[in-house]
Amino acid sequence: MANTENIIELKHITKSFEDGFVAVSDFNLEVKRGEFVTFLGPSGCGKTTTLRMIAGFETPTSGEILLNGEDISHLAPNVRPINTVFQRYALFPHMNIYENIAFGLKQKKTPKEVISKKVKKVLELVDLEGFERRSVATLSGGQQQRVAIARALVNEPEILLLDEPLGALDLQMRKEKQLELKNMHKELGITFIYVTHDQEEALTMSDKIVVMSAGEIQQIGTPEGIYNEPENAFVADFIGESNIFNGIMTGPMKARFAGGEFETVDRFPQGTQITAVVRPEDVIMTTPEDGIIKGKVVDVIFKGMHYEITVESGRYEMVIQSTRSAAVGEAIGMTVEPDGIHVIKAEDETNYFNVDMNKDHRLEFNESVLDTSLTKIIKGSHRDEEGHLVDSNGEIIDPDKLRIVAAIKPNDIVMTDNVEESIIEGAITSLIYEGDHYSYVVSTEIGQDFIVHDEYLWNMEDWVGLILPVDKMTFTVKTIKK
Amino acid sequence: MKFSRKALGIPYAVFLVLFVIAPLLVLFYFAFTNSSGEFTVNNLLGFFTDPNTLGTLCYSFAIAFVTTVVCLLLAYPTAYFLATSGFSNKGAMIMIFVMPMWINFSLRITALKEILSIIEGNLAFYPFLNSVIGMTYDFLPFMILPIYNTISKLDPSLTEAARDLGATDWNAFLKVTLPLSVPGIISGISMVFLPSMTNYVVLDMLYNSTYIMGSLIGSYFAAYNWHGGSMIALILLGIICLFTLVTDGMTDEDQTGRGGALL
Repeated sequence: MANTENIIELKHITKSFEDGFVAVSDFNLEVKRGEFVTFLGPSGCGKTTTLRMIAGFETPTSGEILLNGEDISHLAPNVRPINTVFQRYALFPHMNIYENIAFGLKQKKTPKEVISKKVKKVLELVDLEGFERRSVATLSGGQQQRVAIARALVNEPEILLLDEPLGALDLQMRKEKQLELKNMHKELGITFIYVTHDQEEALTMSDKIVVMSAGEIQQIGTPEGIYNEPENAFVADFIGESNIFNGIMTGPMKARFAGGEFETVDRFPQGTQITAVVRPEDVIMTTPEDGIIKGKVVDVIFKGMHYEITVESGRYEMVIQSTRSAAVGEAIGMTVEPDGIHVIKAEDETNYFNVDMNKDHRLEFNESVLDTSLTKIIKGSHRDEEGHLVDSNGEIIDPDKLRIVAAIKPNDIVMTDNVEESIIEGAITSLIYEGDHYSYVVSTEIGQDFIVHDEYLWNMEDWVGLILPVDKMTFTVKTIKK
Repeated sequence: MKFSRKALGIPYAVFLVLFVIAPLLVLFYFAFTNSSGEFTVNNLLGFFTDPNTLGTLCYSFAIAFVTTVVCLLLAYPTAYFLATSGFSNKGAMIMIFVMPMWINFSLRITALKEILSIIEGNLAFYPFLNSVIGMTYDFLPFMILPIYNTISKLDPSLTEAARDLGATDWNAFLKVTLPLSVPGIISGISMVFLPSMTNYVVLDMLYNSTYIMGSLIGSYFAAYNWHGGSMIALILLGIICLFTLVTDGMTDEDQTGRGGALL
């Protein structure tokens, strides 16, 4: 059966638990023989559940897992030619290293001489010669991890599953182990399926990355493909640092976002709502006059190989990585080369904008107080007798330490001629007819663009006021790292 | 007066001296003296030369041994099932098994006596069997709890690892779960074996005329032979110490299973 190129195929795998929680839904994947595949995603995204279904610890609710073309989804784990390196290694504490590694071979009734030869060989492979009689408790984390790998590899599995095997190690050790594992994979030619939440680990080691979120595959691709061409905002945000902006195509290869108009290499019809992804290393600092957008440096951090510079430009924030430093407070310009901008068609057209918390602990946008309850937005907070906002630990919340992002749908914004009653004013810079309504982009006085749907026709360049009903907004709170 | 944390230990220190150290000294004094207060080892020699006392010792051992084995056979599967099954409300399940401990002892044993009389007719026909049934009924929770505690603390990925490496369900249990639950088993044994050598109240209440170690001490004291009775108590203490020393070498440093959660 070695003629099939795919060693394992997952077809429409869905796993829901008794409490109704769907951990994995409609998961489709083909893994080639000898590939290094990584499942990458935040915790709770279903990556470990998928791995456990391949190992045989969980049975898919529906769908099938084909190993060399045969359905194994209901086989017991002990009859699958697949071995696992567990997250916390799961070494048997009552056995020494030799007995741990020999466990699998003994189950298969392998002759004693063969076992001892194989154990010796695999201990050499993981660089632990002479450790046979040592007990598990005397080993360091890194050594335990190597024993766990040896214990799995000695069975010569067709697929090796690794469930965050480097999670328990410190950073320095992790970097070494990444290379070690990568080399081991090259040497052995076994298929590796690796689970991690660490995007850097995934990018360094894998041939193929499966990015997952909320039980669904977001993107499958090579490390380069996923980094350079993320298919949606989640992948862009999760893989590497990125600046992500909502925007609109103003020409077939021209996009307006972050308060400026940029040339792009991606081609979309004019008027398409987009998400623009700009990697920090692709932003070029210029003099204020030469930049497509201007801004003020608000933060500079030295990161060894480069500086990480945060620039505030109107309502937007841009993070730049550069070998050149800048001074906090300096006014600079910024440009991005067309190939530094990755344009994704927007999944929805929700407007996101930063709102401020003022000294009285009320929410403000464009200097108007929003009539909403902050205690409902910030979990566990309440107001004390003087009206200060206090967090769950009883400390007064520092407005500078929080960033609150409000979201509102284009349908919920009302456009008006009467600018007096609006919260913010701006000019219509784009209009498209979308069947039963017009979709407008209003570029406001503070540099923030809003997408507004309205059934009536307005004209380009019209100066309008926007009414943003507070009850239609949703808020997310982000803590600022510093 | 300045209050220091050490002061918190005073109540217990007083208790320790009054109710542990002083009685022990008294016990030693009586065990090695005769009725006129002179030092003697005759009590010790007497115990090991009297065929009656030795016979009682052997009989008690037999009862304790069988009780312990029966308890273990009943408790292990129960504890294993409780610890590994996915009950949403484990606490309630444990309570059902432990609840008998909260019901008055004499009430339980009296009930047991009535049931046994109905089944057996005359309780005097099966003294050994009845002793074992009574002891098992009384001490079973003390076996379940430490085993349950040990098994429920085992990392489930250990059994998964064994399955992953090719072990059948049964082999995974035999090679991994069972050896790793030995500390709990030993705790359970030490909490069942020794008490069932001495708890003669159970036998008394079951109208059982046979003698175990506890009844022997009781009979000595009833006859105002403080010296002989103290020596037997001391010998039992020696056996307990010996047992603890041996099993301490076998269990690992993690003693959390010992004693059970309820004591």
